[in-house]
Amino acid sequence: MSDAPTHDADEFEPVDVFETTEMDLRPGADDCYKCSTCDTSCPVAEVDDEFPGPKFQGPEQWRLKRKEDHEIDDSITSCSNCMRCDDACPSSVPLSQMHNTARGEYVENQRFGREALSALVDGSPREALEIVREGQDGLVERLRNRILANYHTSAWLASYAPSVANFVMNFGPARWAMAKTMGVTSEREFPAFADHTFREWWTARGGAQVSNPDKRIAYFHGCYSNFNTPEVGKAMVRVYEEFGYEILVPPQKCSGTPMFANGMLGDARRHAETNVKNLAAAIENGAEIVASCTSCSMALGQEYPELFDLDGIEDVAAHTYEGVEYLRLHEDLEDALDEASVEGSELAYHAPCHARNQGLDTQAVELFSDLDGVAIEDVGDSCSGISGTYGWKEEKYDYSMEIGEEMFEHMEHADGETGMTECPTCAMQMEHGTGYEIRHPLELLEEALVTGS
Amino acid sequence: MAIEDDVCVIGGGLAGMTAALRAAREGARVRLLSHKKSTLRHASGLVDILGYADGELVADPFDMLSLLPKTHPYRRVGNDAVRAGLSLFDDVTGDAYRGTHTDANALVATHGGTVKPTARYPARVAPGLASRDRKTLLVGFDSLTAFDAPLAADHLAAAGVPGTTRGVTVAFPGDFRADSRVTRFARALDDDETVETASGSTPVRRALARTLESHLGNAERVGFPAVLGEEESQEVREALESSLGVDVFEVPMGPPSLLGLRLEALFQEALDEAGVRRTTGNPVTEFDASDGRIQSVSTDRNGRPTPFHADEFVLATGGLVGKGIDSDREEVIEPVFDCHVPHPDDRYEWFDDEAFGDHPFARFGVDVDDDLRPLDADGGAEYDNLRAAGGVLGGADFAAEKSGSGISLATGHAAGRAAGAAANQ
Repeated sequence: MSDAPTHDADEFEPVDVFETTEMDLRPGADDCYKCSTCDTSCPVAEVDDEFPGPKFQGPEQWRLKRKEDHEIDDSITSCSNCMRCDDACPSSVPLSQMHNTARGEYVENQRFGREALSALVDGSPREALEIVREGQDGLVERLRNRILANYHTSAWLASYAPSVANFVMNFGPARWAMAKTMGVTSEREFPAFADHTFREWWTARGGAQVSNPDKRIAYFHGCYSNFNTPEVGKAMVRVYEEFGYEILVPPQKCSGTPMFANGMLGDARRHAETNVKNLAAAIENGAEIVASCTSCSMALGQEYPELFDLDGIEDVAAHTYEGVEYLRLHEDLEDALDEASVEGSELAYHAPCHARNQGLDTQAVELFSDLDGVAIEDVGDSCSGISGTYGWKEEKYDYSMEIGEEMFEHMEHADGETGMTECPTCAMQMEHGTGYEIRHPLELLEEALVTGS
Repeated sequence: MAIEDDVCVIGGGLAGMTAALRAAREGARVRLLSHKKSTLRHASGLVDILGYADGELVADPFDMLSLLPKTHPYRRVGNDAVRAGLSLFDDVTGDAYRGTHTDANALVATHGGTVKPTARYPARVAPGLASRDRKTLLVGFDSLTAFDAPLAADHLAAAGVPGTTRGVTVAFPGDFRADSRVTRFARALDDDETVETASGSTPVRRALARTLESHLGNAERVGFPAVLGEEESQEVREALESSLGVDVFEVPMGPPSLLGLRLEALFQEALDEAGVRRTTGNPVTEFDASDGRIQSVSTDRNGRPTPFHADEFVLATGGLVGKGIDSDREEVIEPVFDCHVPHPDDRYEWFDDEAFGDHPFARFGVDVDDDLRPLDADGGAEYDNLRAAGGVLGGADFAAEKSGSGISLATGHAAGRAAGAAANQ
């Protein structure tokens, strides 16, 4: 192994400077030499002329807000947290981390109740009234964001009566009311809740079917494979068991992705505490963490150590993999696929933004291009435009579709009429824009490699 | 098991992409690892071989290469490799570039108003060559502060370019943000967006031409900062030429550079066509070696390594600016493989006292043998299967010589060919 000396600049660890409760991103801000490359990689800035771009949201805003009279600019709520700016920056400025902390602070500042109360205590009822009045302006939007960010909770409730939930969620008048009162776009169809969750299936089958102390993984299924697409989770389990892995499914909550994007850092932290505790225990138990959603693996692998200081959080980051990635690194996946074949399918593959920064954007096309029966085509490096909850907001819907236009066009030009991606919300957008059925790479691996599938 | 290729190239700039492409042409299975998006998006898009030698302007770089010091990368690979690298570049860029008709340097006006000797230049820059005796109008936009057209025109006049050059600053038509990005103007021109002007709604190309009518005077050609379209630049330029009745060209700009982005896209298309596998997002920080050979390198993601195995490796991580060479107060190092970087022990000998003096640090980099293998302190190859290309090589002051792209092409080509051939054995 390399014994090359390492350098302080590369080893900037924001959590090291947590002497106060404030996160100090000064070294990161100082690294920005204002080349604006991040701004030209930002899909939101490309379509939304009101959005000042990642350079402003990150280092510039960070410098501004060092002055006490500057509050976080409203425009931070327009950042979709696609994290493309991270990949663009030649100077390794921690842009998405800056955006996440700024958004968190912005949302925190909106909590007018506490300020109003302290104004009352100080004997200024007029000021307290003013604070409440001003604070109410964005109340509905904040409530909407909170509900979108806490998809985990709504999905959990819906899973008790998925068919009722599916009916209600897409019932015309209900959607009209949601758009009018809450600003959730009525242009999209809510994804259907499955009639059973992944975890219900897992329990019903009696948990792990393979026991192997030498090859053990802990599956982080996230909300979407649990509540909406349990077939992805099942594919994951069957493929890994085919390779002789013992699978653990630790208790888990939302990875926090939608919460980061909406500045709900308090909620995200609560969920992270549960996840880190249980995943760290799985690592103790000899397992590596594997997620089937690239935003979940992004959260565990990058956002967690950047935003929270929890016992074991760095261990979790350093042991987290995406589902196909882990197999590719630890098994002879290429040879296995060389010998396999599937029924003819032509696939239009879209790499999610969050796969990009993890170095996974070319993985599916590389792996499947030699699989018999498969023709797979990359539909380009544009963003799908939905970026989790972003495209669900009424005021962002048109931008979301404008960003997605390039991907839709490329999908339609591609030979296949089936889409493929790792990200559940990209899949929603791909389906919404083209009407194609969208598959997850793990489902294709299952078809190719699992006997009897 | 794991990820395996014949050749693994580390670094996604011009040298790395050239090496990967050349190795793939040997029939090798090639992987290109890069930390971030390609550095070409920061580049002017101009390709130089050798612009200056001993501070003197070079007319024909090929006359001068054999006069360079023996430790210069051009001397390591020889004239043929320089021509071969350039020819690979011509294959990749096709009609998008000019300059193939001569060995002599062309003189291109830069956004700072200097004249850069260069071997290849984008077609959209070509009508603006400073060596042509034409009456030239340079046009800047008030919201695009990186290009001050009147100042650039004055500089060019002071440099004694033939013809006369005037500069004017106008407002880009329409209601764009004061801090609009170059890509925003380019997209407006690509789509010929409708903008509001004093005389009503107008397509932006026509509105831009109209803005200039009163400034045109006797100009025979008009130069804009390089923002004239991303996808449809040819069409945008033709539309402006037909409205204005004169030649229209673009002036290469600093980052983020549309000409650099375009060059990046051309190389990426070529890499995809050649079947080069690209993995981007994380830096290479570690490696595994045995028997004097590199077995694998690993990228790092927040403490988690991902190994990439190959038979041959090419190091193309850039120089001091690209972080392929790094230093602290004690020493100068090459951070990936810890290859030996020759430098004086006393750091006060790393630089010259004059700001624009002849700085030794500008030539810091790894020393290589004629096969481009980095050499250790005793002059032996560090590893049998490791070659280096581009800015990481020592012995050249690319900023003073105007030789950066040429060195990347020539050494990338040589390293890629050698690595591809070795992997095939």
